[in-house]
Amino acid sequence: MTAALEVIEAPAKAIEGRSPVLLAMRRLRRDKVAMGSLVVIVLIVLMAIFAPVVAAITGHPPNEQYRQIGLTPDGLPRGPNGTFWFGTDDLGRDVLVRIAYGARISLLVGVAATAITVVIGVVLGLAAGFLGGIVDTILARLIDVVLSVPFLLVAIALVSITGPSLSITVLVIGFFSWASVARIVRGQVLSLREREFVEAARSLGAGDTRIMFVDVLPNVLAPVIVYTTLLIPVVIVTQATLSFLGLGLPPPTADWGGMISESQNYYTTAWWFILFPGIALLITTLAFNLFGDGVRDAFDPRADRLR
Amino acid sequence: MTEASTEPQPLLRVQDVRKEFPTHRGEVVRAVDGVSLEVRKGETLGLVGETGCGKSTLARCIAHLYDVTSGSVWFDGNELTGLSRRAMRPLRREIQMIFQDPYGSLNPRRRVGSIIGDPFAIHGISKGAERKKRVQELMELVGLNPEHYNRFPSDFSGGQRQRIGVARALALRPKLVICDEPVSALDVSIQAQIINLLADLQKDFDLTYVFISHDLSVVRHVSDRIAVMYLGKLIEVSPTDQLFEQTRHPYTRALLSALPVADPDTADSREQIILAGDIPSATNPPQGCRFHTRCPKARADCVASEPPLEPVFDDDPAHRTACFFPLTIGEDLSTAVPELVDLPDREAS
Amino acid sequence: MALLEVRDLRVSFDTPDGIVRAVRGLSFSIEPGQTLAVVGESGSGKSVATQTITGLTRGAEVSGTAVFDGTDLITADAPTLRRLRGAEIGMIFQDPLSSLHPLYRIGWQIVEMIQAHDREISKRDARRRAADLLTLVGIPRASERIDDYPHQFSGGMRQRVMIAMAMALDPALLIADEPTTALDVTVQAQVLSVMRKLQQEFGTAIILITHDLGVVAEMSDEVIVMYAGAVMERAPRRDIFYRNHHPYTQGLLASLPTQKGKRLTPIPGSPPSLISLPPGCPFAARCPHVFDRCRVETPPLADVQGDPRHQSACWLDHDVVEAVA
Repeated sequence: MTAALEVIEAPAKAIEGRSPVLLAMRRLRRDKVAMGSLVVIVLIVLMAIFAPVVAAITGHPPNEQYRQIGLTPDGLPRGPNGTFWFGTDDLGRDVLVRIAYGARISLLVGVAATAITVVIGVVLGLAAGFLGGIVDTILARLIDVVLSVPFLLVAIALVSITGPSLSITVLVIGFFSWASVARIVRGQVLSLREREFVEAARSLGAGDTRIMFVDVLPNVLAPVIVYTTLLIPVVIVTQATLSFLGLGLPPPTADWGGMISESQNYYTTAWWFILFPGIALLITTLAFNLFGDGVRDAFDPRADRLR
Repeated sequence: MTEASTEPQPLLRVQDVRKEFPTHRGEVVRAVDGVSLEVRKGETLGLVGETGCGKSTLARCIAHLYDVTSGSVWFDGNELTGLSRRAMRPLRREIQMIFQDPYGSLNPRRRVGSIIGDPFAIHGISKGAERKKRVQELMELVGLNPEHYNRFPSDFSGGQRQRIGVARALALRPKLVICDEPVSALDVSIQAQIINLLADLQKDFDLTYVFISHDLSVVRHVSDRIAVMYLGKLIEVSPTDQLFEQTRHPYTRALLSALPVADPDTADSREQIILAGDIPSATNPPQGCRFHTRCPKARADCVASEPPLEPVFDDDPAHRTACFFPLTIGEDLSTAVPELVDLPDREAS
Repeated sequence: MALLEVRDLRVSFDTPDGIVRAVRGLSFSIEPGQTLAVVGESGSGKSVATQTITGLTRGAEVSGTAVFDGTDLITADAPTLRRLRGAEIGMIFQDPLSSLHPLYRIGWQIVEMIQAHDREISKRDARRRAADLLTLVGIPRASERIDDYPHQFSGGMRQRVMIAMAMALDPALLIADEPTTALDVTVQAQVLSVMRKLQQEFGTAIILITHDLGVVAEMSDEVIVMYAGAVMERAPRRDIFYRNHHPYTQGLLASLPTQKGKRLTPIPGSPPSLISLPPGCPFAARCPHVFDRCRVETPPLADVQGDPRHQSACWLDHDVVEAVA
């Protein structure tokens, strides 16, 4: 074969094919703020996982009411002391332990709802953007409708029918958030659709489904990953909000939003009751947001000098 | 394969193909407006023209990436027009395309091995280790290092990316390869490498090429026959040598004279024909012969009707020209003056 | 007295991947009324060099001198450069779409430029001059089209508008960076013809940057061939084609397709990285005549056959030139 004799020199880069995701991760590792936030996130996760350990150390299960030692003689919560490091709530329960267990709810809903949202959003966004035509028209209008629906009102209405529960919370949040993801993905796909490598795939005989998932999807992954990391804190706050409004989990389950709600009447008398769950929520959200920012910067195409 | 017949059937036959695109303003762009061509097995047909001539659109009609508005495309005895996507699939193994843009035609987020292996995956041929072996063989075939199987397109230079595109096109051993400006985006020294590669592969694999380019010197080098297009129509089709030695159409002559030649003696001595005006819009092409607005020899007849594509003077039947007043050999076009005066946008030169 | 004299120009950029040495010791001069072609492939540094000379490069480390009519452009301050650009040095770029402001009428753009450099001129006179210029570059019905927007012109017309703008103040030097690369070949012929006509009429010197050797053969008086940021060969037009010396020049000419069927002799390999250039001659890795010294010592530009106008940066014998068939 004469052509093989003209073997061309290897390109100057000696590194084995670096995937854009790996490169972004490497860039992320250098971002101190993002790494710091990641540490905080890991700590929160650990706290959630080892919540029973926290309960064991303090000796106070999360839902146990300590009316004698936990409340003042007037029936008000006790502040932070040797027995209850973060004080007690209005029913004499250990705030610290409840915060630890509350982390479970926040993270679980945060991750689960986000995962559902993203999967649905990506698939529908891909379909809408790529297939075009009537599929796109229907889906695009559906996205518009979902985005226009007043989230809170519907959530309230729904929960009043079904009653509060974890799965309803997850479903409600997921149902309303997928539309933003789908819209972003759709926009990306619309421009990717015109790229020559898509035309090349068609000329090889690839069908729509294959092109969507094998060719187009990897190219929308970057913005999707970024959006996902920024969506998690939004979901966590949303869940806390729902809980705060009494639409979340039924009592006595410990969760931050619920705790803040219960603490409303005590904010002058028991500052720890509102402060600590509030701080917990704040730190968690902040950590995810900062990490998300770091992820977005790491994926920034301007920083991508592979061209 | 094909039924036994005394006369070899052309591998590709394009019959009166028209392709229109609607614009936002409700107008219609007639990108390809009645083109008929034949390509024989093993030959290279060069398709040449400037912006808006329709050559890329025609290529995509042949590759069945566009549905033609009217007319038909026949490949190896099968009619492609109107075929469903499913029916077209097996034929896609026989017709492949190499694209112009080495940066855009490869998915930046996929590894090269996966890109070249795509044809195998799509048509369910060979998997796993067997597929990898075949892909690496292809890589060697086109002059790439098979160890770079896991790299991304961005790790390669423009010329190397183009080789990846060639490897991908050749994976299933097609019969016809449509090359859409395969070297236009490459540096001169790399262009030569790719041209040589394509020539070698054609010999080794008995390929038939439709080679599209705006660069006549490249087309001259690679083609057996050349078809010149202008605003959606064929204006001259001929075996390569005759196109250059016995140019019949004024546009072809202008194209040839406009081509910069890397030779000072030639550049100094030749008379350049500078065409007047710009290429007209494809939504509203000129009446009659499309070229009359810029033609140095335009006469009243040229506006009245369209000239048919047929042999002129005593030319070979393989050499067809669409002109009412074709050039005689040795005719000096640079001194020609058009007989039409009320043409829009003609500069006073 | 040379109009522009460039000595040992070096331009580097600091990037995350390392220092890119885009231009490494470029020296040339251009006389009034002359056309100098700068030929090179991508990565040769040809565009970076001229952009830096006119002060259009940001974030680069620059050394060397570029003396234009007594002023060193490299060390000149921003107001001086602004004054010179347009009035003394006109520029045309490859993509007229991005160089013309899409939202302003072209007449307005030309007039604005004229008035920026000539405070005395009245708007009416400036407009008349703009219309004259447009006619000169071959835009039909210039007095009507002067009020059109850039998108109303075709690519070739837009490039001519750019030329008109560049020539508006009768600059002594015109720098044209790949002015016709994006144009169809018949339109390219029109634009090059306009440039030649203007040069004859106004005596403008032209630095023409291109990768197209055909354009070089048609337009140039003198040619510089660049590779990896340095000059490989400099010679009058005919010498570059018929009596060239440097293997890279020969390689470029041999890669061009001429007649049908003759197998091309491409230059094997690809251009080197400008970050990690090996020592010695940058072309060593691809040169068919390479020997040991090439890989160790960088050859300087030296006269070929004793002719100071013809220089080559190569260790091969400078008394022997390869005649091209």
